[in-house]
Amino acid sequence: MVNPKAYLIPKLFDADLEQVPSRNGFGEGLVLAGEENEQVVALCADLTESTRTQAFAEKFPQRFLEIGVAEQNLATVAAGMALGGKIPFISSYATFSPGRNWEQIRTTICYNDVPVKIIGSHAGVSVGPDGATHQALEDIAMMRALPNMIVISPTDSIEARKATLAIARIHKPVYMRLSRDKVPLITTKQTPFKIGKAEIFYEGKDVTVVAIGQMVYRALLAAKELELHKISVRVINCHTIKPLDKNSILKAAEETRAMVTVEEHQITGGLGGAVAELLSQNCPIPLKIIGIEDSFGESGEPNELLEKFGLTKDAIIKSVTAVLKMKV
Amino acid sequence: MSQISQEIQKLEEKANLIRQDIIKMLVEAGSGHSAGPLGMADVFTALYFHILNHDPKNPNWSERDRLILSNGHICPIRYAAMAHAGYFPVSELKTLRKLGSRLQGHPHRTALPGVETTSGPLGSGLSQATGLALAGRIDNAEWKVICLMSDGEQDEGNTWEAAMLAAKLKLHNLTALIDRNNIQIDGFTEDIMPLENLRAKYEAFNWHVIEIDGHNFEQIITAFGEAKAIFEKPTLIIAHTTPGKGVDFMENKFEWHGKPPNKEEAELALKQLRSAGG
Repeated sequence: MVNPKAYLIPKLFDADLEQVPSRNGFGEGLVLAGEENEQVVALCADLTESTRTQAFAEKFPQRFLEIGVAEQNLATVAAGMALGGKIPFISSYATFSPGRNWEQIRTTICYNDVPVKIIGSHAGVSVGPDGATHQALEDIAMMRALPNMIVISPTDSIEARKATLAIARIHKPVYMRLSRDKVPLITTKQTPFKIGKAEIFYEGKDVTVVAIGQMVYRALLAAKELELHKISVRVINCHTIKPLDKNSILKAAEETRAMVTVEEHQITGGLGGAVAELLSQNCPIPLKIIGIEDSFGESGEPNELLEKFGLTKDAIIKSVTAVLKMKV
Repeated sequence: MSQISQEIQKLEEKANLIRQDIIKMLVEAGSGHSAGPLGMADVFTALYFHILNHDPKNPNWSERDRLILSNGHICPIRYAAMAHAGYFPVSELKTLRKLGSRLQGHPHRTALPGVETTSGPLGSGLSQATGLALAGRIDNAEWKVICLMSDGEQDEGNTWEAAMLAAKLKLHNLTALIDRNNIQIDGFTEDIMPLENLRAKYEAFNWHVIEIDGHNFEQIITAFGEAKAIFEKPTLIIAHTTPGKGVDFMENKFEWHGKPPNKEEAELALKQLRSAGG
């Protein structure tokens, strides 16, 4: 059953669930963060509207910098502003930033340990018609390998707004990935959000599904359907991939003894990799990792692509069934 | 002797002592770069002992000028100048590149107060300096940003992205200096990737450009003074230097870009520097 303490939207399983891109929540949160702290500044690389940095730019023109199509400059100018006491948010598509500017992020942001917030919009195959060049599927792997970096993938627009405010308040480098396409609004203002704290959205005891981004919603749909078949699924929204909430994941592993991870990202190095690193060394139980299997995306409608790449409720049900068979 | 020439003589003597320490550090470390640090010894001496508004005993003083070293590999000269200026004991210079040292092989901000930023991978300094200067302008700060670059790192695209942005923002609180020593690891810059006409390139990017002899203290000091007086643009100082300056067998040899002297070479180098220092 749905965890009442998660305060999810009451009509969670209705067909007419409202859908909003998570980048919208970022845009709203950025304005709030700017109101809260005048050191917050925003930089964008010629994608101000698309990354939802526009509202901040209009409200705080003196604290907004249009950098042009130059992602390496985006990261390093932000690092310089952070050295000068600012809290810069840099936004672009995730394939470009942190895709193109990885070394600049490594040296001038992470090793320098300055509070630059890297916002990567357009993550996942659900970017849709733009095709593989614009669908970031490797960003989590690149960012979570970096010391000092915090990696966050909000599940919906409301959580993205909370996350934006929360990351503005911590003096650390952060990477946050966002979706282009509309995703179901499943959380509410009351839903708890704390960096580094995974939340149980659905209570269960037979198997755990750990998910990020819009895959959390699909995991909830799978859990509800499996309940009809007397399979009790725990669903964890693991919005912070680094630092991973080891306590919650290990507790779920010990209590349910089987796990599935789901993400719109390469299997290599993503959420599944992080969970596998933890479980294999501390609580080795059967694990299935659902993600992109070492391939690029392609053009198409978001739902067609999620279907093609096996990121659906049915795929989750199939993996849950398989992992339960492996359970000893 | 006039007051100015007395001051310049003092700076020349200081630069000579600093060059000797660079040789001692490098031979002790057993690795590191020789030519660049020796070539930039006069610029660093002028900065730390005349130009910069700074407080060695309070490296995080909020009103200090910010000195960004983009080509981090020449850090032995920064460390030596900082030690002589009083940031830390000169004896600590011998820990360069050793385990546990604050003097990392390439400078690291959180390891050593006063370093301002971590650097080493080339082409990222001018953009950080641009961001820092913009932050200062937003806060109406009095302090200035100085960014030192190599000529080799003008090959990096990020350098030119920053050059465009600093000019767009008219950051007159930013002064950059290129160590125009004409060498990089693989050879002479004009063979590896021709940069000329470097002055015309920056002028076309809307920078104010000054060319100087990077071993002439009067010219170095005058150039930074002129940069302060320019209000419509960022300023670039192209400092023509001799790589390996002061040690005859290192001068103008790209082979000395990335290696330290051995013991015999170090003794010879020190002998030359001591006799030059009178």
